Amino acid sequence: MNSRIAKWLISGPPSLYLLVFFVIPTLIMVLASFRYAGEYGGLAPILLHDANGAHLNLTLESYQEYFSDFIYTWLLLKTVLYALVTTFFCLVMAYPLALLIARSEKKRRDLLILLVILPFWSNFLIRIYAWMIILGPQSAFTVGLNDLLSLLGMGPVRMLFTPFAVVLCLIYVQLPFMVLPLYANLEKHDPALLDAAQDLGANGWQRFWKVTFPLSLPGIYAGVALVFIPVLGIFAVPDILGGTKGIMIGNLIKQEFLEARDWPFGSALSILLTVAAMLMVGMAALLARRKGSDA
Amino acid sequence: MALLELRNIERHFGDFAAVNGVSMNIEQGEFFTLLGPSGCGKTTLLRMIAGFDSPQSGEILLDGKDLVSIPPEKRPIHTVFQSYALFPHMTVAQNIAFPLRMKKVSKEEISKRVAEALKSVRLGDRGGRYPGELSGGQRQRVALARALINRPRLLLLDEPLAALDMKLREQMQLELINLQKEVGITFIYVTHDQTEALALSHRIAVMNKGRVEQLDEPSNIYDHPKNRFVADFIGTCNLLPAAVSVTGEEKMVIEIEGLGDVAAKNPGRAHGSGTLALRPEKIRIAQKLEPGIEENHFRGTVHDFLYMGDVTVYIVEVGDGVHIEALLPNSAAGRPRILAAGDPVEISWRYDAGTFLNE
Ligand SMILES: Nc1ncnc2c1ncn2[C@@H]1O[C@H](COP(=O)(O)OP(=O)(O)OP(=O)(O)O)[C@@H](O)[C@H]1O
Ligand SMILES: [Mg+2]
Repeated sequence: MNSRIAKWLISGPPSLYLLVFFVIPTLIMVLASFRYAGEYGGLAPILLHDANGAHLNLTLESYQEYFSDFIYTWLLLKTVLYALVTTFFCLVMAYPLALLIARSEKKRRDLLILLVILPFWSNFLIRIYAWMIILGPQSAFTVGLNDLLSLLGMGPVRMLFTPFAVVLCLIYVQLPFMVLPLYANLEKHDPALLDAAQDLGANGWQRFWKVTFPLSLPGIYAGVALVFIPVLGIFAVPDILGGTKGIMIGNLIKQEFLEARDWPFGSALSILLTVAAMLMVGMAALLARRKGSDA
Repeated sequence: MALLELRNIERHFGDFAAVNGVSMNIEQGEFFTLLGPSGCGKTTLLRMIAGFDSPQSGEILLDGKDLVSIPPEKRPIHTVFQSYALFPHMTVAQNIAFPLRMKKVSKEEISKRVAEALKSVRLGDRGGRYPGELSGGQRQRVALARALINRPRLLLLDEPLAALDMKLREQMQLELINLQKEVGITFIYVTHDQTEALALSHRIAVMNKGRVEQLDEPSNIYDHPKNRFVADFIGTCNLLPAAVSVTGEEKMVIEIEGLGDVAAKNPGRAHGSGTLALRPEKIRIAQKLEPGIEENHFRGTVHDFLYMGDVTVYIVEVGDGVHIEALLPNSAAGRPRILAAGDPVEISWRYDAGTFLNE
């Protein structure tokens, strides 16, 4: 009896928190996507009163608008592509780094981890503006790169306000979110397992692919989720660095709410984005399970 | 030629000598044990044989060929680690197959040999389980099967039974002996448990502070310890300070401090002062004793006693406050009340029951 009360006491507050700040807002959003926009922004009333009494004032208009023009789906796909590219490069760069940190001496580990999280100590927007300067046409980086290209007989490139700038900065912003879960996983590996693998005939390459890598899969899943999902909704980075070509679906959603004042359409876009993200995560999980049962 | 030859192995950490000039030959088919207290360098020595560490000087030869320059994955030597180091993400069968897969053995051959190996360690029905779902003893057997499947020249076992409870340990000891006989592979076994070493080994190297104190068969190590350390470390032993007074051909007379002259076996080259090492179970104890012709005989009192279940240990005070431990088996039912503290008692031992150790 007591243990049941304790269970409720422990799981109650977080469940309540999730209900109030996640489940209810999501339901409000779903509902909003089926409503009409108000005349001056916001939402039109749900109930309409006329001669026949009150009736529901709901519509599929927002979804019809989405599917009426492929440009929205294209923007969604582009966003997914950016997120995939970002996640891929974060993973490829973070894995060796996390491995290096996890395998270095205990004293040095803390210092290295501190360095990884150091960027969090300065403001997010300021860091993005810093990239604006780094990638700007006058910066030493851009000038140097273009000088090098001209030596090779290739034309000057512009970096600011391009998809390249957006993805580069997304990788920069998201990298720690890949390093930390990977490190947390790799640091727990029992070094005796690698000794055992080597003792039983595995070379360095085999030790990595047969032992370290499969054991780090939970860390990879966590890192991929932490990098991929936030990128889908991000708008600050493309706003500042993307120009017109680099915009993502987050920009459009923000625009619908703040500028076009079409809340129902903005809500519909958010819902579709969430559904797309869930579909992809579900598919990835299914694939992973299929592969797991093969081996 | 010996299978494995260690020549003057030295391994220092800073100015601390973990292994300090160790030489030994290990023969094909032997069950060889490294025995010594914690920190005496057993694991360090084993890691050098496996290849995870290299000696700063000295040679390691397998079949007469240098091993030091060969990396661990290329040595025909496998290890059973103390923590077993089973791969948690692989099933029992996949764990056992691992060394074969590294050698690119064909799929059919692997599944055939893994099935055999599973049967030989009585885990035939557990191949699909994960290590986390097994008991300690079962994990131990998986680790053994995995290390043996490639038929290494040499199997190293670093305290493999330390994590098991006593009952299971005794059972696994028997299994190990049988397994070693069956596969005929040379075992080097590390332990700090002297009873385990005595029970399992063909030969034992007793180590202390990075050196080998004595290398011999179990019965010789027990009956004829070479020095005070070995006598004290293996089993319980009365260590009585003594000095040689008269030496004869085979016997001699030594004077034990506080007790007086006793007859002892002359080990050859005995002189000056030293220690008489006398095992408690070699001493006869009773209220009244008829001393044999070649026995030393003393009268004393029971100072204290310890009831151990199978035997009772009596601490007898003789002579000038000298305490000697003696054993009496508890063959009669119930707690023995033959002798109590303060009772007069007699003890005796044959002249050759003890070993005189020179300083
Ligand atoms: N990498 C190392 N650096 C410094 N000292 C070490 C290192 N490895 C071992 N030592 C020291 O060498 C000594 C021998 O260690 P070793 O592990 O060989 O002992 P052991 O006989 O296996 O003991 P145990 O029975 O406790 O396992 C210990 O005093 C240990 O502190
Ligand atoms: Mg050890």
